[in-house]
Amino acid sequence: MYNRRRFLTSSLGAGAALGVSGLVPAWAVSASEGNMGIPALTGTNFDLEVSKFKTRINGRVASAVGVNGSIPAPLIRFREGDDITLNVKNTLDVDTSIHWHGLLVPFQMDGVPGVTFPGIKPGETFTYKYAVPQNGTYWYHSHSGLQEQSGHYGPIIIDPKDADPVSYDREYVLMLGDWTFTDPHRIFAKLKKNAESLNFNQATVSNPKGLLGMWGAMRMSPNDLADVTGETYTYVINGHSTADNFDMVFNPGERVRLRIINAAAMTLFNVRMPGLPMTVVQADGLNVRPVETDEFQMGVAEVYDVIVEPTEAKPFAFVAESIDRSGQVVATLAPKPGMRAKASALRAVPTLTMKDMGMDHSSMGGMDGMDHDATTDMNAKPSAQMDHSKMGHDMGAMSDGKMGGMDHAAPDHAAMGHGPNPNGPPVQLAKMEADIEVGPGVVNVAAMPTNRLDEPGIGLSDVPHRTLTYSQLRSLEPNQDTRKPGREVVVHLTSNMERYMWSFDGVKFSEVKESIKFMEGERVRLTMVNNTMMPHPIHLHGMFFDVVIPGYENGTHMPRKHTIVVKPGEKLSVDVTAEHVGDWAFHCHLIYHMHAGMMQVVSVLPNPQKMTPMMMKSMPADHSKMDHSKMGHDNMKEAK
Amino acid sequence: MTLSHLIKFASVAALTVTILSPAAFAQDSDDPAPWSMADKYWGADVMARSREAVQKSNGNIPNFMIMGDRLEWQDTDGDGSFLWDAQGWFGGDINKLYIKTEGEYALEDEEIEDAEVQALYSRAIAPFWDLQAGVRYDLEPKGRTHAVLGVQGLAPYWFEIDAAAFLSTDGDLSASVEAEYDLRFTQRITLQPRAEIGFSATDIPELDIGSGITNLDAGLRLRYEIRREFAPYIGVEWQKSFGDTADFVRRSGGDPDKIVAVIGLRTWF
Repeated sequence: MYNRRRFLTSSLGAGAALGVSGLVPAWAVSASEGNMGIPALTGTNFDLEVSKFKTRINGRVASAVGVNGSIPAPLIRFREGDDITLNVKNTLDVDTSIHWHGLLVPFQMDGVPGVTFPGIKPGETFTYKYAVPQNGTYWYHSHSGLQEQSGHYGPIIIDPKDADPVSYDREYVLMLGDWTFTDPHRIFAKLKKNAESLNFNQATVSNPKGLLGMWGAMRMSPNDLADVTGETYTYVINGHSTADNFDMVFNPGERVRLRIINAAAMTLFNVRMPGLPMTVVQADGLNVRPVETDEFQMGVAEVYDVIVEPTEAKPFAFVAESIDRSGQVVATLAPKPGMRAKASALRAVPTLTMKDMGMDHSSMGGMDGMDHDATTDMNAKPSAQMDHSKMGHDMGAMSDGKMGGMDHAAPDHAAMGHGPNPNGPPVQLAKMEADIEVGPGVVNVAAMPTNRLDEPGIGLSDVPHRTLTYSQLRSLEPNQDTRKPGREVVVHLTSNMERYMWSFDGVKFSEVKESIKFMEGERVRLTMVNNTMMPHPIHLHGMFFDVVIPGYENGTHMPRKHTIVVKPGEKLSVDVTAEHVGDWAFHCHLIYHMHAGMMQVVSVLPNPQKMTPMMMKSMPADHSKMDHSKMGHDNMKEAK
Repeated sequence: MTLSHLIKFASVAALTVTILSPAAFAQDSDDPAPWSMADKYWGADVMARSREAVQKSNGNIPNFMIMGDRLEWQDTDGDGSFLWDAQGWFGGDINKLYIKTEGEYALEDEEIEDAEVQALYSRAIAPFWDLQAGVRYDLEPKGRTHAVLGVQGLAPYWFEIDAAAFLSTDGDLSASVEAEYDLRFTQRITLQPRAEIGFSATDIPELDIGSGITNLDAGLRLRYEIRREFAPYIGVEWQKSFGDTADFVRRSGGDPDKIVAVIGLRTWF
């Protein structure tokens, strides 16, 4: 197997005239032989070496931290269910780690220093071992320091053990990135000193929206679409800038599968291929019912697989444009190698609206976030006080020794969150929500957050073509767990842009005293309220989010994601099945937001009387006919 | 400025740091671990160290900033004068140590006419406001020490405010309020209106200060940000003294009402 980037690195001196595309470009090996334009490793045993190395990006020598000397790191490809061994050697002089983004690995193999393992020390080789019950497109990256920003990321393809429902003739991996020639720690320090300093789209005399009115009064900027912009970043696809032109070939009529991974540190991308409709077939590694679209916005860490079927023998541009439109990167899909698609110009820069501040008065009617009556008494510090009478009637919580004080003689089942019974009284989910107060770290508490799952993302509402929204997505396979959640955990995304403070519930990760608790086997609703002016790609390790789409709450094909963008001023919910015991990182995937404290841990506590989703499904739904004696009450004493 | 002044200032600054540090950097080690399931795989000690490190690195990394807001030549009497107005901070999101210094060097007389330095403990008390308390030491004229209590922050409509009251060891109470605004013409060209107004509760003849509003400096500075961190500028400033202060200035041969041209550099890192 040929390691292309290695070759480039070693030939930098003598081979400068060869250009960055090198001697053996992406198209030289056919897709069936596994060529992705990036080095590939296949099998069950993988040797990875994390090191500091020089590479070349956009014609400049770049100092990278990465895996096996290439940006991106090599593609790791294996088969669903196979036992995998990955030996990761750290040759850096600082700790490193690899997190397998979206893979359902045992938690001690999840690769988050300080949460799931101690990290990999300099000189140490750490062996990851796991088998995962999933297939699709995923990725891996460092979870140490800011190494991701320096190139420590790579793609994973897990081939299905059965037939792939997606058919294609050719495939490419496209890893979107935001490269910087500046030390990432310097970027972070700059943001802390002057958070707006990297934004070159600030309000001016001729564009004064941010100076006056509500914006000026609240000291918020409608132009703050990205903290770090094209002024600092060189946007890349598989390490190639527009000038480096990552080129892919096709034969007219072929179905080409593009596996698109947003591996940027800070950049949400608008992805489009002018003149070529894209059919989304997979989101975050899981198949979805095909949706044809023309453009979609990708949060950091999100993954979309699309099929394109170009029939014309001409070059097509693949455009990944930064959300703030301060820059873009263009790759080429062409009938012949070496062609270059015409780069479209950057489009006009959008501005934020009052809706992004969570203050959209026009949509008050349909608000679900305003019913404080039933929940006021539940407002407590996260996971502090719970009204047990309203506890979810999941067997796990009841058999937990700590949950004493429940009255089993006369359980009020109506209030125990079995999910709404269409014939019974409305059921209020036991809700846990922190009391958020404005303070140094929290500028704004969204007065009227709205659900925005049916919107395509900032700046895409008025483009003259189709755009993808979360609400269009449906899982291809039926959902395994269709239980109603027994509990709702509300997490507020909070910030002070001026001080560059980012947090959950106003508490920075450095200040966290207690993790968020889920119970093994529990079905829980996680509601996120974005009180900030920025979209946050939120990632929970070890579990998938079943996205609760308004109008499809009782659906059987809810889309499942490992990362979801919560738009500014948005309140959205996802249902989660807490299957895998462990401490799981939960954070914003914008690296400097995480670094500033926008992170928590979700602990899935072991349940001695494990109730699997399948067992729950087979239980009668009508509570009046339930035989409570068989529901584990008998065993309560033993459990304690 | 003498060595004893320096020593005096340094000891006050050191004292401030000592007072600050427990509040700023204390760690409560008695709490149970916020999560600990990995302990059984890798050992409790090694995980405890790793957990502490990861928590610190995601939200509690101290930072610093040094800002030369005005480093400028002013077209005053004679050869003009060089003025500096700089501040620096070190600390976390909530607690910081601020050092501020301001002064003027007369080029013709080749002497420092005016110089002060402040060491302040700064605490974030609201989204846009820091409460600051500490000491100010006057290097020139005389060697006065003041207690300082002030606020610094961002007022609605993006006005940067720095207001402080000073109580000297002689019992004199004074105050100053500074306001700055950045009016961008382009992403790199900014006009900065700036006003500074001084008050005194008492006459301090030995400092040429009368009671009431003492002085107003109102300026316009047009800067070009070659980089955000490096911006040369030109400007004008109206320097006006009021009441008894104006009389004092007149008596000592100065002009209590003048407009000066300035040329300088704004820089931070």
